[in-house]
Amino acid sequence: MKKRWYDFLWIASLVYLLLGFFHILFAWLGLLCFLIPLIIAAVGGSKAYCNRYCGRGQLLALIGGKLGFSRKADVPRWMKSRWFRYGFLFFFLAMFFSMLWSTYLVWAGSQQLRPVVTLLWSLKLPWQWAYPQDMAASWVAQFAFGFYSVMLTSTLLGLLTMLLFKPRSWCVYCPMGTMTQLICKAKNTKRMDKA
Amino acid sequence: MARNRRKAWVRERECVACGCCEKICPRSAIRVVMGIQAEVDLQRCVGCGKCERECPATAIVMKEAEA
Repeated sequence: MKKRWYDFLWIASLVYLLLGFFHILFAWLGLLCFLIPLIIAAVGGSKAYCNRYCGRGQLLALIGGKLGFSRKADVPRWMKSRWFRYGFLFFFLAMFFSMLWSTYLVWAGSQQLRPVVTLLWSLKLPWQWAYPQDMAASWVAQFAFGFYSVMLTSTLLGLLTMLLFKPRSWCVYCPMGTMTQLICKAKNTKRMDKA
Repeated sequence: MARNRRKAWVRERECVACGCCEKICPRSAIRVVMGIQAEVDLQRCVGCGKCERECPATAIVMKEAEA
């Protein structure tokens, strides 16, 4: 099949992950991976983002599928159950809001900027080398560190389930995927009722 | 010669609408409809089983289709 421009978005995902090692403010670009799928789902009522444009999904398919770093086993039943998918979405959102809260505290001046990247919500890695001098307001940098933590943690989980199960196992419990599917369900069942 | 009548079948509850099946299908016989779940065009499906192997949620099974 002919390759389209969007079949190469895995390069963007890879570059994004690498940029975070050089300068943390690039982490802000990751908001695109949050906003675009939500806008496509809310306005267009489709999961075109997952289906076509998701660079992370493509990256996992490439490493796990083409390069073969995957057992290609079925994901366990609990992982695709609704309570796990919705529970993971809830947990992910809670972590996201706690990250926004830290950003607020830094903005309000009641907390100092902490140049760390937190892996798996607990492991704190010193990361000050990616922010050598104060280039922006400290809350802007705090958000970047927090957001990059979210992106790196989810990539790590994605790679782990890629190795253990099928290449794109991450898609089964991806919080953005669950959220956009819920939006599409809400939006499109309403439309079907009207018709 | 007996024709393969097995066709892809989507278990609705398990489909996460990721679109992996759509990408792999050589006949464009399966697609994600309205971001909710994948649907199979039984006229086009030849039952090759590629989508079954690809599906990260193992939501697709091959079933004997009614003629």
